[in-house]
Amino acid sequence: MTDNIISIQDLIFEYKDEDTGEINRVLNGINLDVHKGEFLAVLGHNGSGKSTLAKHMNAILTPTSGKVFVHGINTSDAAQLFEIRRRVGMVFQNPDNQMVATIVEEDVAFAPENLGIDRDEIRKRVDSALEIVGMTAFKRHAPHMLSGGQKQRVAIAGVLAMKPEVLVMDEPTAMLDPSGRAEIMNTVKKLNREEGMTVVLITHYMDEAVQADRTVVVDNGSIAMQGTPKEIFPQVDKLKELGLDTPQSTYLIYMLNKHGFDFDPAVLDDENCARILLERLKQHNTDLEGVAHD
Amino acid sequence: MLKDITLGQYFPGSSFIHKLDPRTKIMIMFAYVVIVFMIQNFEGYIALTAFLAVCVTVSKISPKYLIKGLKPILIFIVFTGLFNLFLTSGTIVWHWWIFTITKEGISFAAFMVLRLVFLILGTSLLTLTTSPIALTDGIEHLLSPFKKIGVPAHEIAMMMTIALRFIPTLLDETDKIMKAQSARGASLDSGNILSRAKAMVPILIPLFISAFRRADELATAMECRCYRGGENRTRLYELKYSVTDGLGWLYTIILFALIISLNFVFGKF
Repeated sequence: MTDNIISIQDLIFEYKDEDTGEINRVLNGINLDVHKGEFLAVLGHNGSGKSTLAKHMNAILTPTSGKVFVHGINTSDAAQLFEIRRRVGMVFQNPDNQMVATIVEEDVAFAPENLGIDRDEIRKRVDSALEIVGMTAFKRHAPHMLSGGQKQRVAIAGVLAMKPEVLVMDEPTAMLDPSGRAEIMNTVKKLNREEGMTVVLITHYMDEAVQADRTVVVDNGSIAMQGTPKEIFPQVDKLKELGLDTPQSTYLIYMLNKHGFDFDPAVLDDENCARILLERLKQHNTDLEGVAHD
Repeated sequence: MLKDITLGQYFPGSSFIHKLDPRTKIMIMFAYVVIVFMIQNFEGYIALTAFLAVCVTVSKISPKYLIKGLKPILIFIVFTGLFNLFLTSGTIVWHWWIFTITKEGISFAAFMVLRLVFLILGTSLLTLTTSPIALTDGIEHLLSPFKKIGVPAHEIAMMMTIALRFIPTLLDETDKIMKAQSARGASLDSGNILSRAKAMVPILIPLFISAFRRADELATAMECRCYRGGENRTRLYELKYSVTDGLGWLYTIILFALIISLNFVFGKF
């Protein structure tokens, strides 16, 4: 219990469609723990319920039935709302729609200001948060002058200034270009590895999920698969069934194995894939040479 | 493009006037408006011109830029002048057909025009030397005593901040939508006023929808960052009065005294 920052038990979430009066079940009995210090990726295609799941982690939504605990506090307890939200920082998809102030450093200061922290401490937090995301040089800039990746880093800093215990990111790279995506992923990894921040990354990009410690695949409101990326991604057929891609190198090895090779299927990145193929090629050559000498 | 338009008309700088506390500046501006209305003779305007000239010199804002601010209300000034010129009764100086100009009319028209011009010049000096954020902060502080009678000071300031924050974003979006609709064959800048106004509909509707979506997302993001209104909120930058504010007030009081004494000495024009 102590090293679970977030603990989700039999979470069911339903909402009533205003037009048809139908009851839609978005989450159907989710059990999930987020451990302290881990980097957890939640994967799922559009409409799988992954964003809804994220919104339960800081009491934006509360369960229809089941329980969600943050640091041992039940999220349905309205009196503890700010205690929960202070502990779970949330970053959203569109960086433009989560910035309040007209100057970067004032935007980062927004959360600590809301918490009623005194000025010297706010100053310290703002400076260190901007330092961590590498945006110190832009602190007097207007948000609309920044690139997408920079804006999203400011949004992360704005959440870090609350000193949260866990950072929940709901598709933070979905609206960014490739370089912006790389910026965000580097920042997230740095936060996790160097600052020991617990990270929950909701995404539908496989190459992002690959970098996590643990992956959970959500489909149709339930958890379909979970394990380390090395356990999950080689199951290409099952992922396909769930409407998800696999990283390209994993797919290449998968297809080669299908045609009679016997590579280790747990290959997740290009570099590893190239190394394995090269080794096999060299071995093949020496085998051939051996045959020639006989 | 659309993005290049200036927000408000703030002219960044680090002069004495720029550095004044926004609250002081707003209050001095109100005092200034009162003083302008108190002036009863042309000698008063000479004193006021000197006062304003000193302010403009100190603020390092080019007088040309300041005078440009009169442009939008030029028609209003001209009409005020003409009405007062022709419609004041008194000693007739000139008469033709239905137009009569009186001696009183001339001085009254000049007086009214001067009053308007000085009101605009003085107030634009405030917006030229104060950033929108500082202005918002100042307004919030000045309104906060009225919270007790139900004035939502913090909410007004927060709304102004968010509006300022989203003006560039929405302008950008308007630009995109206009391009998208032009690409679909919408002609936005041809035809008469009516057809042009009609052409705006396919731009405004997507813009409104997107603005509402943004508002919704922003509200969620603000809640995630523990926003709960103005109560118990601290600030990164706290407004503080300093010696310069005292000097600003001293200067205003001198002007006030001068105008009163000029009224006393020269009487009504």
